[in-house]
Amino acid sequence: MAAFSPTQVTLNTAKPTEGAGAPLIASEGVNLHYGATQALKNISLTIGERHVTAFIGPSGCGKSTFLRCFNRMNDLIDSVRITGSIKIGGQDIYSPDVDVIELRKRIGMVFQRSNPFPKSIYDNITYGLKLHGMTAKSELDATVEQSLRGAALWDEVKDRLHTSALGLSGGQQQRLCIARAIAIKPEILLMDEPASALDPIATAKIEELILELKREFTIVIVTHNMQQAARISDQTAFFYLGELIEFDTTAKIFTNPSKKQTEDYVTGRFG
Amino acid sequence: MTPAAPQPARLDFRSRGFDFASFAFTSLTGLATLFILAILAIIIANIAWHGWSTFSWRFLTGSADQDMFDVNKAGVLPMIIGTALRVLVMTLFVVPIGVITAIYLTEYAHSTAVTTRVIRGAVNNLAGVPSIVFGLFGLGFFISFIGRGLDAGAAEPHWGKPAILWASLTLAVMTLPLVIVATEESLRAITPGLREASLALGATKLETILKIVLPEALPGILTGGILAVGRAGGEVAPILFTGAAYYMRDLPHSLTDQFMDLGYHVFILSTQSPDIEKTRPILFATVLALLLLTLSLNLVAVIVRARVRKKMRAGH
Amino acid sequence: MTNTPANAKRTVGWMGIHRGHKARPVEWLAEKFIFLVSLTAILMVFLIFVFVAREALPLVLGQMNSAAARPAIPAKDMDKLKPAELQEYLGLTPAEFKGLDKEALQALMEVREEEAKEAPKDKDAKVNTTEWKYLFGAHEWSDSRPEDRHVWQPIGRIHKYNLWPLIIGSLKTTLVALLFSVPLALAAAIYVSQLSSPSLKEWLKPAIEMLSGVPSVVLGFFGLIVMATFLQSVFGYQSRLNAFVAGIALGLAVIPVVFSIAEDALTSVPRSYTQAALALGASKWQAAWQIVLPAAAPGVFAAVVLGFGRAIGETMVVLMASGNASIMSWSLFDSTRSITATIAAELAEAVFGGHHYRMLFLIGAMLFIVTFLTNLAGDLIMHRLKGRLEGKAK
Repeated sequence: MAAFSPTQVTLNTAKPTEGAGAPLIASEGVNLHYGATQALKNISLTIGERHVTAFIGPSGCGKSTFLRCFNRMNDLIDSVRITGSIKIGGQDIYSPDVDVIELRKRIGMVFQRSNPFPKSIYDNITYGLKLHGMTAKSELDATVEQSLRGAALWDEVKDRLHTSALGLSGGQQQRLCIARAIAIKPEILLMDEPASALDPIATAKIEELILELKREFTIVIVTHNMQQAARISDQTAFFYLGELIEFDTTAKIFTNPSKKQTEDYVTGRFG
Repeated sequence: MTPAAPQPARLDFRSRGFDFASFAFTSLTGLATLFILAILAIIIANIAWHGWSTFSWRFLTGSADQDMFDVNKAGVLPMIIGTALRVLVMTLFVVPIGVITAIYLTEYAHSTAVTTRVIRGAVNNLAGVPSIVFGLFGLGFFISFIGRGLDAGAAEPHWGKPAILWASLTLAVMTLPLVIVATEESLRAITPGLREASLALGATKLETILKIVLPEALPGILTGGILAVGRAGGEVAPILFTGAAYYMRDLPHSLTDQFMDLGYHVFILSTQSPDIEKTRPILFATVLALLLLTLSLNLVAVIVRARVRKKMRAGH
Repeated sequence: MTNTPANAKRTVGWMGIHRGHKARPVEWLAEKFIFLVSLTAILMVFLIFVFVAREALPLVLGQMNSAAARPAIPAKDMDKLKPAELQEYLGLTPAEFKGLDKEALQALMEVREEEAKEAPKDKDAKVNTTEWKYLFGAHEWSDSRPEDRHVWQPIGRIHKYNLWPLIIGSLKTTLVALLFSVPLALAAAIYVSQLSSPSLKEWLKPAIEMLSGVPSVVLGFFGLIVMATFLQSVFGYQSRLNAFVAGIALGLAVIPVVFSIAEDALTSVPRSYTQAALALGASKWQAAWQIVLPAAAPGVFAAVVLGFGRAIGETMVVLMASGNASIMSWSLFDSTRSITATIAAELAEAVFGGHHYRMLFLIGAMLFIVTFLTNLAGDLIMHRLKGRLEGKAK
């Protein structure tokens, strides 16, 4: 499956989690242009199922842009052109017969800034479920509880499910957004710097949660925090100036990277 | 340890068929947009089509001392001059006051202060006052109160009668919010860094405003002025009782004279023509002249404003 | 560079950091001047109300009498009246009163006496029609058909000032205008702000806003000359100019108002809401309809409120396209006359300072109050929306 350009190391096939690691997402030669500027250059990598894969790199290196390719959020920007292929479960998600809505229903996303809808906690979670055609009250109730528990938020909000989500703290809001994303039972969870706007305690909770979620979901997380990447991910990809410099097991990237640039970055010499 | 093969059903991203709701919603709202644009296009095209044959250089520069209902003799020069004059005088009043108010609101005022909120509320309210009420105000305040006060019992009213000056002042009050809002927008588009840089060099606030902020905001001030001129140029209701004349043999000589007006003339030709079929070409040509004037001014304002907004997006 | 103590002391003073406004009088004066000028807007709103209401005040205070026949005091009794009473009886201003000698006053008294002799004798001739009960209540007039109990007819033997025909006229045209313009403008606002591509939006928004650059006299002309004939041939109603035609033409003036404000409100909803909805698998229209529109609801409502204010205050369109008959009728296809059109059409003919003149200022003042409240409401709603959207971003 793995087909890499010569600049990349071979894929580490170690499977840290039981029953995980089979290739799920495979990108090949992905280039992305914003108008005249090229934001991603020939990115090829394979992401394993029920792995946590971290994208690291300095700001503007293209890691978030690449993440957004997976659920085609870049489609929303007019001037974006994408070449190359991204396959999920063997299916090219940029092929014309793919319905982007169907795609996004199966790939959850958590954003950098928590963005709950200006609705109640309950309605925030059921919004996605209703889009998927779930209407039975009992079923909705059960899923709301299940996903809030999954996001480690249930105990804090179970008595005020019908109050506005905007009354929650920043960390709670972000966990609500995670609950909202996992409620629709996606295959893949994309996280774009989910803890960057949170305090250390809230961050620790989110990280704990990610390790929990890994049992069920394939998680791709963009982070600027290298300790975070080291703590929670199985695989790490280092991006620099729109290029994938190195992709390997997290252990190798942080202890024995093969590229000079990677080493400089993880040891804090630049970025 | 089973190799978790992708479940085909869950990872099938192919379209579930035609999304009718999405199609209906998008096309309905899109059609509404199209419909509005179509109406605008029809209005402009219809007027241009019917007005074009009479719209000539002779028509634009012809005077009204001939018969103003005669297609071959009617001209709109006095109306154009009258409209231009009242708009020009208005600009002299409204631009300084509007710009200074905008400067206060952006540079000096505390955004939470009660005064600021009241000023903003007044500006918004002024924007919503019906144009005919401005007409009543012009008559009641400028003509009856100030004008007659200046005359102070003179036998012949010199100030206390409809005049270019009073019409212009009335229009200045009406367009004040336009100038304030446009100027404020362009003042806010200037990055705070620019002001800070100037202040850090030891410039006073006033110097910073005069030498750094205002030159930067010039396009926005221009937009406000142009918008005000475009709006006032076509307004008829406020000048009905404050200065517009049905017919004048001579051009106005001073600011206390009445004037003929393009928009008012459209009203007269539409409603008081002795033979609407015969005067139709004059009517359409007059409307065309008015429309060209106001729309071209608006177009310029739109272009300048688009540039200001682009700059603002780049700046932040 | 070293500072001697004396030098340092001077520097502090020289830099002015310990000095008040007296150190920079120009700066201080400029700030005060700018502040004072910025109060112009407040002053103007105040002056508009004061000076429109001022002209209407004698009417409100019941000092005007519009009766066709007023009781006359014999001229020989002039000396029995106090000067103030005499002045009021003759309807003179203090200045005018002072300027007249006794003979002239005597002559005026005689004129009044003559008038009273020739005045009509029927039951309504002595009615002061400017009283509130005639402005708003029904009355069977001796010179109108019995079914016309609400009449605005300022010219004629009896001056009838019932306001209902005008209020209903204004409401009818406004209703048609809103029914026509609000759905179109809101749909366009949703399309432009949520569904169209950014590059298309850059063209669509100014293009639609160009409609606000068409002067209302041109819209009135278009309604009167072009649309009236066209709509009559389509719908086949009786009177060519009516509330319906005027309402549609008026709608064209309202569309840019509602569109601009609603579009701004929709655009001010954070993009993150839309993104979150899309990432959950919502389609663009679902995100727009289920997330963005409810979040922007106050702003959209304000757009409609301000559209109402624009519609009810518009003059030229209604004056030209509504037919201007002050008929008491709820039918949209009857010729109709609004408050604004009445002021525009009649003020030039009204005697300066007379009851008709003051009546027109009174309805103008009422209109001002209505639009003032409308704008205030719209303003407050928008303010709340802003607070709501900014509060939640934190």
